[in-house]
Amino acid sequence: MDNFEPKIVAFCCNWCSYAGADLAGTSRMQCPSAIRIIRVMCSGRVSPFLVLKALSVGADGVLILGCHPGDCHYIEGNYKTLRRIPLLKKMLKQLGIEEERVRLEWVSASEGARFTEVTNSFTQSIKNLGSSTLGHLKQSSKEVKHG
Amino acid sequence: MAKLKIALYWAASCGGCEIATLAIHEKILKLAEVADIVFWPVGLDFKYADVERMEDNSVDACLFNGAIRNEENEYMAKLLRAKSKIMIAYGSCAYEGCIPGLSNFYNRQLTFDRVYIETPSTENPKKIFPQTKVKVPEGELDIPEFYDTVKTLAQTVDVDYFVPGCPPEERTTWLALEALISGKLPPKGTVISHSVKALCEECPRTREEKKVKKFYRPYEIIPDPEKCLLEQGLLCYGIATRGGCGALCPQANMPCTGCYGPVEGVIDQGAHFLGALSSIIDSNDPEEIQRIIDDIPDPAGTFYRYSLPDSLLRRARIK
Repeated sequence: MDNFEPKIVAFCCNWCSYAGADLAGTSRMQCPSAIRIIRVMCSGRVSPFLVLKALSVGADGVLILGCHPGDCHYIEGNYKTLRRIPLLKKMLKQLGIEEERVRLEWVSASEGARFTEVTNSFTQSIKNLGSSTLGHLKQSSKEVKHG
Repeated sequence: MAKLKIALYWAASCGGCEIATLAIHEKILKLAEVADIVFWPVGLDFKYADVERMEDNSVDACLFNGAIRNEENEYMAKLLRAKSKIMIAYGSCAYEGCIPGLSNFYNRQLTFDRVYIETPSTENPKKIFPQTKVKVPEGELDIPEFYDTVKTLAQTVDVDYFVPGCPPEERTTWLALEALISGKLPPKGTVISHSVKALCEECPRTREEKKVKKFYRPYEIIPDPEKCLLEQGLLCYGIATRGGCGALCPQANMPCTGCYGPVEGVIDQGAHFLGALSSIIDSNDPEEIQRIIDDIPDPAGTFYRYSLPDSLLRRARIK
């Protein structure tokens, strides 16, 4: 899997993490090209549905980035995410999807360096895991044979 | 006016939906006045060959219950689709996969291993599994192929209407039949129920603030009969389930398990329940959150109890 270039969706909250990604960009820090950023107003807006949807259409990993606890622009949106992701991971494991494919991290607007660090380490861990092979769900009604 | 022709069929189901069609009680006489039943394996002695001989589009409506898990189910779904003007996925199995769909956590081999080898009441030292073809002195016998993945009816053929429920309630069944009889049909793709909103809308329990420190399984507590069950820590699925049943389970002091499927506009019922449920966990401390989540032993099986084949991921990935 040397040439494996993963597809990674990163949901970034508007107030902290997206600004952090912006800072990384304007500071010319190197970020992995595997990352596709989707800006959302709050990490609390990232319903488990969006994570499953990303995985089902071929994302190899999903990164959810929000404000540090206590810093949420909407006071407690990120706490909702903090409660949601562990339960989602537990469920994904039962569905045969490695829980490492979904990661929640806090990146503030001033942490451009942290943004590059998080995206690089996540991309590396997804490269180690390999392709999710869930992309087949794109051809929705086709029967998929397993085992 | 010529009588309506109605066909009923069961695929991978438990038989509950067949009883549900009879649960319309004396209204069945009204149905008999205006409709002829042309095919109904449970109640009448028709053979598949009789259906094969029918003209295409000669049946006015087919009430199809059960999921699609083997070759026979698929063949009959396609056959009845061709013969019927209106195809109705009747009940949760045909609509979303339901309980048979839970075998999408496994595949054919794992299911066979469990059923034909591991179950305590089974003795099968030669490890004999069902074969699609077998030679006997009289000739070759064949049985339908068992698929790896259970599918919904709409994943197999074009479906016109969906009737939710495990099984559908009497009022829901009659709502669908009334539409057929009167000819006042809703737009194609409609999920026929009295409500498009969440079950909580019709639940008589009092709701206050939803904050939960501990989740319970139904056998662990006797819940207060007036208060919202979810607020008492029971995994009541009402917040993510279409109403229309009359909130019967919560009124019997049992949490809703979600058999009426997602509310209008929602694609993945389990994901939405997971999102709503985890938001009400009353803690901001990661370790405490983990402890509270540990109270839910089987999230995937609970959240997708009725809808795994119809969910975004459709099945578990088997390595």
